[in-house]
Amino acid sequence: MTVSIQLEVNGKPVQAAVEPRRLLVHFLREDLGLTGANIGCETSLCGACTVLLDGNAVKSCTMLAAQADGASVTTIEGLAQNGELHPLQEGFWEKHGLQCGYCTPGMILSANYLLAQNPSPNDEEIREGLKGNICRCTGYHNIVEAVKYAAERMS
Amino acid sequence: MARVLGTSIKRREDPALITGRGKYTDDLKAEGMAHAAIVRSPYAHARIRGIDTSAAEALPGVLAVLTARDVAAAGIPGVVPVGWLLPDLVTPAHPMIAADTVRHVGDAVAVVVAEDRYLARDAADRVAVDYEPLDAVADVVAALEDGAPAVHEEAPGNVAFDWEIGERESVDAAFASAAHTVELDLRNNRLIPHAIEPRAVLASYDSSTGEMTIHMTSQNPHVHRLLMTLASLGMPEHKVRIVAPEVGGGFGSKIHHYADEAIVGLCSMKLDRPVKWTATRTETNLTDAHGRDHSTHCAMALDADGRITGLRVDTAAAMGAYLSTFAPAVPTYLYGTLLSGQYDIPAIHCHVTGVFTHTAPVDAYRGAGRPEATYVVERLMHLAGDATGLGPVEVRRRNFVSPDAFPYQTQVALAYDSGNYGPAMDRALEMIGYDDLKSEQASRRDNGGKQIGIGFSSYIEACGLAPSAVVGSLGAQAGQWESADVRVHPTASVTVYTGSSSHGQGHETTFSQIVADKLGIAPEAVEVIHGDTDLVQFGMGTYGSRSAAVGGSAIVKSVEKIIEKGKKIAAHLLEASAEDLEYEDGNFRVAGSPDRSLGLGDVALQAYLAHNYPDDLEPGLSATSFYDPANFTYPFGTHVCVVEVDTETGSIELLRYAAVDDVGNVINPMIVDGQLHGGLAQGIGQALWENAVYDESGQLVSGSLMDYAVPKIHNLIPFELDRTTTPCPHNPLGVKGVGEAGAIASPAAVVNAVVDALAPFGISHIDMPLTPEKVWRAVNS
Repeated sequence: MTVSIQLEVNGKPVQAAVEPRRLLVHFLREDLGLTGANIGCETSLCGACTVLLDGNAVKSCTMLAAQADGASVTTIEGLAQNGELHPLQEGFWEKHGLQCGYCTPGMILSANYLLAQNPSPNDEEIREGLKGNICRCTGYHNIVEAVKYAAERMS
Repeated sequence: MARVLGTSIKRREDPALITGRGKYTDDLKAEGMAHAAIVRSPYAHARIRGIDTSAAEALPGVLAVLTARDVAAAGIPGVVPVGWLLPDLVTPAHPMIAADTVRHVGDAVAVVVAEDRYLARDAADRVAVDYEPLDAVADVVAALEDGAPAVHEEAPGNVAFDWEIGERESVDAAFASAAHTVELDLRNNRLIPHAIEPRAVLASYDSSTGEMTIHMTSQNPHVHRLLMTLASLGMPEHKVRIVAPEVGGGFGSKIHHYADEAIVGLCSMKLDRPVKWTATRTETNLTDAHGRDHSTHCAMALDADGRITGLRVDTAAAMGAYLSTFAPAVPTYLYGTLLSGQYDIPAIHCHVTGVFTHTAPVDAYRGAGRPEATYVVERLMHLAGDATGLGPVEVRRRNFVSPDAFPYQTQVALAYDSGNYGPAMDRALEMIGYDDLKSEQASRRDNGGKQIGIGFSSYIEACGLAPSAVVGSLGAQAGQWESADVRVHPTASVTVYTGSSSHGQGHETTFSQIVADKLGIAPEAVEVIHGDTDLVQFGMGTYGSRSAAVGGSAIVKSVEKIIEKGKKIAAHLLEASAEDLEYEDGNFRVAGSPDRSLGLGDVALQAYLAHNYPDDLEPGLSATSFYDPANFTYPFGTHVCVVEVDTETGSIELLRYAAVDDVGNVINPMIVDGQLHGGLAQGIGQALWENAVYDESGQLVSGSLMDYAVPKIHNLIPFELDRTTTPCPHNPLGVKGVGEAGAIASPAAVVNAVVDALAPFGISHIDMPLTPEKVWRAVNS
């Protein structure tokens, strides 16, 4: 059994028939080939699978593809525009906000949501805003710096 | 040209990773790929009475269900070996798939392969295993008690090994005449590595060639290939190619050879199709080798002046249900040998019992033995500061190995090549503002309320795993070097093939800086290839903070050979003597005749064209080196942690963390700082939150991120870092290694700080992790 879904992914219309139980993250990764969103825990705790759904940061490992019917999804692949890195991508590169890179797509998209809500967060607000994303490599020190860098660039 | 060593060049790895284009193992697809799901024991210890696979096999889309019977029928060795032997080590077999007995929750009993990932899981749930549950023992101390359930018949009393180092008699004498003694019973809590990428493998067997390509989450593809072919699959080594694509963190957990990757390889061989398996978080937590898990009694003797006269350590170290790849080395060669710390200790004795338990195996996890050693020494130093009345700073200073005493021979085999411990302590005190903090602490003690504590950790580590001669002299049946193949192309760009395989450390950036510096060319002209057994001839991989010190040194050796050969070619072309040639900034020059020179490109082109070439040279401009270090390297430093403890609730707030580390010369300061940050987070995590808890029946209670507390961003604070620089004297870069320093130093600094805050309550120790409940109970008991 399948259900039909229509959604927009990174600005492009997508139509598909999916199993009702198919997770959004598997739909994005395996059916659309958008492997930027990673799976780290399957329980909404690590945030590596974070994507933007109608502008909200959501964890695509605990959402069904069918629930994204009619929504607009942005993955890390859709963040750079016209070949220009998003300021957050620049910030993570510039400030060494990543090491293995596995959590990075989710971290950047959560930070994107944070900056949309609060364009100039202080350190504490950055740490509060990103507490749904786990990084095991960086100790978060440079992630805070990366988000500050992006906030300044975007202001 | 501008120096590139010591410069924070942005990482070349990042553009792919920040745009989602980096390819990790689970991102890969192969034509005809099927998916595996592994059926695992829900019991810590049970006999398998039977397995019924029929319901699984009946599901449409299921391609195969394999059990231990199929492993036996395949005629392969079928085991997961231990790769590091100690004298008299008991080495029970570890079957790839359990045949009649399971020995920990998560032990593999069957594998299902299906057309689709979801289907494979559905089918795995339909495999019916008839278990007869048996008594289990998960705790390292309980496993040693009389009558404890036996993990392996071959290991009476659950003892895997009995190991000692140092002199018991001289330590006894030191205690007999001591003016002060301090002692401690402590647990070093079991940790789960938690690389955010779970383990994964894509095995592609091709029956037409008999070759298999395995993409997998590996820190050391050649070691994996060796163990996989030799002991598990019985394939010729040259028929297997292992590739580590992007690897999402490892911290030790992706060093080891596991059953699962071999099982998936067998599935691919049986089906003649590519098969992929990716662990769930719970699966990876049940089966990844865990870290630490020691129970230790330790004691220190000091004279009336506060000088250490003896150190006695007795440790029971959990090995888990099976001996993992490097497991026996961790609580022995990487632990007992580190117990002199930064101190001149005339008598040390350490006894370690390796203990089988019905749990996941324990093996190297960031620091591997050295955090455990540092924790023992630095907790005792804190107590010694109190017992002698000297305080934590003076008791350390008084016992530091003097800067003029290097090379310093410890009583536990290691000879420290270099060190200068006082300045790191001085700088740490200055950064933290120690005197002001002491005043603040005194006034809080007078006024009540939240208390502050200041904790020190002056650590040493041994990096650059593992000089073959040094560990060989201790009886180890292994030793480790690194290889580097450096090829200068006809157009003077360079490709480096290194056996050191990156999983987030930025090797491509760092190694390009080394070559660029030594050859006087731009880093952009250097490509770095790693993590592929078909491209790199052999390599030991990345762990033990070895990549720069061992892998980097191998690269330098190859570059030096290239320069020597280039000089001969240039001398021929310039009609000069090779002895008169110098190489600088990318040019071969005749000494004293600055106008007679050739660029690296001129020489490289001629090396390949070979039209006008010295008679006694072979064409080409490349060199391969194997670098076996003369000794470990010995990074050191002093860390200071400041905490505030709410004695009403037991909660702890980190206020400051200052770290002064001496990792020798630094190639890329940005990357080095990043390594320290990450290590600190893991060490602070161990001290305050992380704990792999098994209940009495051997169930892993904290098996997911719901209950295992990996530090989150709001738990941590900005870290204050500085460095002193004492170059390593025995490698060509003067580098030491930095990957593990943070995790080694920080647990003791944090616990010492909390205990310092609670000193007015008469508290001298709380076992990690220092949860609010434990702190509250200690305050209220």
